Parts: sequence; C-alpha cells; structure tokens
Amino acid sequence: MAPVKLYPPRPEKVYLFGTCLIDMFYPEAGLDAIRLLEREGIEVIFPDDQTCCGQPAYTSGYHDEAREVARAQLGLFPDPWPIVVPSGSCGGMMRTHYPQLFAGSVDEALARDVAERVFELTEFLVHVCHLPLEDHGEPETIAMHTSCSARREMGLADTGPALLAKLGQVELVEQVRASECCGFGGTFAVRHPEVSSAMVEDKTQAIEATGAKHFVTSDCGCLMNIAGRFAHQGKDVKGEHIASYLWRRTS
Amino acid sequence: MSAAVQTFTPKAFHRQAHDALGNPQIRDNFRRAMDGLMSKRRDVFSDWDLETLRELGANIRLRALAKLPDLLEQLEANCQANGIRVHWAADGDEACRIIRDICESHDARAVIKGKSMVSEEMHLNDHLEQAGIEALESDLGEYLVQLNQQTPSHIIMPAIHLNTDEISEIMHTKTGTERTRDVDYMTAAARQQLRERFMAADVGVSGVNFAVAETGTLCLVENEGNGRMTTTVPPVHIAVTGIEKVVEQLRDVPPLYALLTRSATGQHVTTYFNMISGPRKADEHDGPREVHLVLVDNGRSSIYQDDELLDTLRCIRCGACMNHCPVYTRVGGHTYGTTYPGPIGSILMPHMLGLEETKDLPTASSLCGACGEVCPVKIPIPDLLVRLRKESVGEGRGNVPGAGVKRSGKEVAAWKSFQWLATHPAAWRRSTALAGKLQALMPSSIGPWTDHRTAPKPAKASLHALVKRHRRGEGEA
Repeated sequence: MAPVKLYPPRPEKVYLFGTCLIDMFYPEAGLDAIRLLEREGIEVIFPDDQTCCGQPAYTSGYHDEAREVARAQLGLFPDPWPIVVPSGSCGGMMRTHYPQLFAGSVDEALARDVAERVFELTEFLVHVCHLPLEDHGEPETIAMHTSCSARREMGLADTGPALLAKLGQVELVEQVRASECCGFGGTFAVRHPEVSSAMVEDKTQAIEATGAKHFVTSDCGCLMNIAGRFAHQGKDVKGEHIASYLWRRTS
Repeated sequence: MSAAVQTFTPKAFHRQAHDALGNPQIRDNFRRAMDGLMSKRRDVFSDWDLETLRELGANIRLRALAKLPDLLEQLEANCQANGIRVHWAADGDEACRIIRDICESHDARAVIKGKSMVSEEMHLNDHLEQAGIEALESDLGEYLVQLNQQTPSHIIMPAIHLNTDEISEIMHTKTGTERTRDVDYMTAAARQQLRERFMAADVGVSGVNFAVAETGTLCLVENEGNGRMTTTVPPVHIAVTGIEKVVEQLRDVPPLYALLTRSATGQHVTTYFNMISGPRKADEHDGPREVHLVLVDNGRSSIYQDDELLDTLRCIRCGACMNHCPVYTRVGGHTYGTTYPGPIGSILMPHMLGLEETKDLPTASSLCGACGEVCPVKIPIPDLLVRLRKESVGEGRGNVPGAGVKRSGKEVAAWKSFQWLATHPAAWRRSTALAGKLQALMPSSIGPWTDHRTAPKPAKASLHALVKRHRRGEGEA
C-alpha cells in the first residue's frame, strides 16, 4: 500500500523520464505523453542524457551495477520540477527503490529528492493536471491492464481507468482477474519462460473474453508481453500505451 | 494414482514446473482452489479496516521479534511454572531426537499427530519410523497426503492438489472405502478410522500457532477437532514449534487470530481454538499427564541476526501469499520441492537449505507484489526476494548459506556492459543497434521469449530522436 501522496499544483514545467523500453520499442508513446502534457500548457524538459532507471539489474540482484546506472540519472533533474514517468514499473523503481539503493551514501539526499518528485504519467494527468479530455474517436470497447508496479507498488489502480472514463465514446470493460500479473516481470519472463507464458496466456484469454479488440496499458513491459502473445497467436487484438490512445482519440 | 512415490526437490524446480504446467488436473485443482480462497478472504475482510488490522498485526509481530530472546526465556519460565517441560533444539535433527527420546521413555509405539509444518520441516515422521515408532497424521488433509505417500502441497490445506475423485480413489485403495463423490461419506469414514487411532496413541504431537510468553500458554488453531484430540487424549502431548512463534502477551493473540483465520481460509473464526496451559492437574479427570514444548531454531536465529531478513520471521503461516501468487497458482505446491512452498517458502527455505539447493526459488516470482499486499503482518516479501537474488549473485551481505552461488562470469559481464552503456549517454544514443545489444544481455537467448510471443521490433527512431524532431517542429507522427 503506497503512502498517501500530496499532489502539487500544476507546474509550469516538468521533466519527462521516457524509460528505456519506450526509447527503444515504443518511442511514439513517449512522444504522445509529451504532447498530452504540452497541450495542458506545461513545458516538457527531456534530459538528453537519460538512459535507463536501472531496474533490470536491480531486480536481478545486481545492485552495484543498478546503483551506478541510477546515479547517472540522479543528476538529470536539477530544477525542482516534477519528474513524469510513463511507466509504473520505472516510476516505482525511482520512487521506492532509489532511496533504498542510496541509503547511507552521499547521494541519499539527492535520491530522496528525485524520488519525491517522481509521478507516473496517468497519476500526474489525473491528480496534478486534472486533465480534461474531449473524445473525437468512434465508439469503442476497450480493456486495460494496469501493471502490478502501478497497481501495487505505486498504489495507482484507478488513474488509468479514470482517464479512460473521460472518453465519452469509450467503454472500459474489465477482464476477469484484472489485478493478476501478466507474467512479464522483467527478467522473470526469461528465467522462468514456461511459467511466464502460462501467465500471459491466461491474460490474453481474459482480455479476449471481454470482446474488446483493443487494450491499453500504462507499462511497456506488459504491453510487449501481452501484445506479443496476441501476435504470436495470430489474434486480432491490438495493444497500445495509454498515452498514445488518449492522444489519438483527443487530438 | 501414480504407483511410484514422486519426490520433488527445489533443484528441479524448472522440470517440476514444466510437468505441473502440462498437467490439466493440477492446473484446474489449484486454479479453482486459489480462486475460491481469494474470494473468501476478500469477502470476510470486506467490513473490516484491513489496513489498520494489518498494521496492528505487523506491530505485534515486530514487538515480539524485537524482544525475542527475552520472550523465549519468559515463555520457558512460565511454561515450566505451568508444568510444561521445555526443550531447545538447534536444528531439525536435534528436535527429532528430543521427541524420539520422549517417546522411547514412555515405550511409545504409536504417535498421533496434529498438523505441524515444523514437524514436516524436520521430517519427524521419517525419523520416528526409523526408530520403529509409527506416526499417524490426524488432520484430514495430512492424513490423505500421508496415505498417498506425498508431502503437503500447501501449508494450510495440505491436500489441496487433490480433487474429490482422487481422494475417493486414495481412500478406496488404502482404506477400503467405497468409491464415491459423497464427501460426507468420506469424511465420516476418515473420522471413524482416526477415532480408533486417537484412543490407541501413546503420544500426541502438535504444532503451535502462538506461544504466549506472559502466561506460558500454547495456542492451537484448527477446524477438525483433531488438534484437541491429539493434545488431550494421549497420555503425553509434545508441542513442537519454531522459536519465532512467541508473542508477548495474551492480548496480542486476538488480533493475530483474527488476521490468521480470515487470511488463511476466509473464516471469521475456526471451529476450534485451543489454549494449552499445562498437563492434567491432580483434581482433573482428563488431559495428558505430561506436556512438552520443543522450541526449534533450525536456521531461525541466523535469520534473526540480519535486520532485513528478520522480517521473514514475522510470518504467522496463513498461506495467503501462496493463495494469491500467480506462480504458485499455476505450478502448485509440490513444484517448489520444499516444505514451505510459494512466496513464503521462497524467502524462508534458502536459509534452511542454502541458496545452492534453492537458487531458482527467489527468481520464481514476477515481483507482482500480490503476496506482500495480502500478507496479514506486512512482510515485504518482494523486497526479501530481491535481497535473496542479491545474495545469490554475490552482491549482498554474504550471510545466507550458499551466497554467491549464482554469480557467473558471463552474467556479470552482461550486467557490466549494461552498466557501461547506461552510464554513457552519448554511446547509448549513438548505438543504432541498441535493442539488439540489450537483448544480448539477457541471461540466456531470446529463445524462451519468442517461443510464446512475437518479439517486439526495435523502433526505427528512438524517443531521443523523436524528441529532437518534435522540438524542431518536424516529423510529427
């Protein structure tokens, strides 16, 4: 259970930490997050030297390596603007684990400062921007998979659905066992591929059973996993990052 | 039923997981059972302030652990004052010897047992059998598992891997009952079979849910009455428990009990709650003439030395972490090959068996956090799994047996390359084959991913590149 967070007033500027998966595989999702923020009159600073939050090494137990990668990100946000992250997984890493990773070191205060300014994108759009959305799309039924990190580590089970609820033509349908993990888990999918694929198989079946031809997530790890499974099955169910979906329907 | 006795080991986790995933019966039995348990828990907590109750439970356990050495001495003194004989066992073997010696001092040939995971942990039944003493499980699930020459697949519901038809077949084959789907018939038959054995038993062995230091009281939570029979009918009762089960005061028990029954089986209360405070007194007509308490360490004091790992010892053994674990739900309890399966097993067993034996257990989690979310005493299970991964690869404190066992030159080199690339932004940006390079960092090939999924295609232009174009006002989608 995430602690109660007090949200700041809408800032003039924000930093965007795009995450490595978005950088490599889903750059449009990052750009759409920027567009959504800019449309709200917020200037988005994208530090060019950002790479990865370090989570893959962290969850694999390689904390010395993760710490150095994290340290390289800590200095990228010198001004006191919020740091928006379009991923509950990377957001959770930065908010929860950066302070643990640097506890007792000279960078602890900086790590805490960064952690306190981290917001997951949907969280920021709902609680800080109070984002208005005018839906220009066709009527559609959609499913959403909220990542476990967003749901449990960051306590954000409701922000994605809250944004989708603002789209007048969109009906959100909930799949069975919606809160169950899709089986990605970073290196888990590679270390325990059979268990992971049993999990993603169940997730795709649950989403398919809703009848929705489209699903969104707020995390590109889950997106890669679930959409990759649908594609492998040759099923016509498409996935998208929620930032892209929101931008596409409202621009 | 399979004729051969199947043995499971944590080292064979992958093979066992493969077998379980391919067994529709196992998949169905666990999925149904876990769905039912999750829904019952959710319903039974619906009118409670669960977060406040969990906070209370966590604080009671933390306070007990903070004072553990003192509380154990207080427990010993108060138990002795109540007429309970107290024994200390450094490990499972010593605990087995203590129990065997007590049995032999009474010329005991037949032991009846209530459910006790600590007795499973130390393989008490095998030990007694080798000494010519028969130990019979009296918890219905344990009884079925014992008849079927298996081990428990769940810490609360030992036979949860079996469905009605399988149980009917086991009872028919082993005890001669009719083949049936009539659960009441089977329960009545088992009750009849067990009733005779209670009367004939020389010694009763039980576990303990809460040992109250303040009063020297042993609390036992159960539903079948077999716990009460085990602890009152035979002339000698031996309670065996891990040293972490102590609580400070009697008033600590109700909140923990409320959390335990609701988290475990979704019950407001169990059918039986036993409070054992000593042997039969001179003016009493029933109850055992001797009561013993065996306090087992078996690696726990080593866990206790570490301020992070210590949280493992908060556990009240409700099983909610496994009921909610998407991995356990799919592979079942036997796949783990350990006494305690699921998330709690994956953070506890490495201390008992070492990381070499159990190295696949801390990684057998997507870190989805469901276990930590439902834990009634708020054990940060995902953090502890990560801590054990860190120990496995030799970047921890080195105080877990087998630390560093998974450290391989190849994997270290891969993570060092990742570190180099992610700390050299210009190289990161320049790297046109970035995705390809990172894929090569995975501990094995991309094969396991693409066996079941289509691989994602690296984007033509990275977000770094798209942002630059966006700033120049060009290349909009």
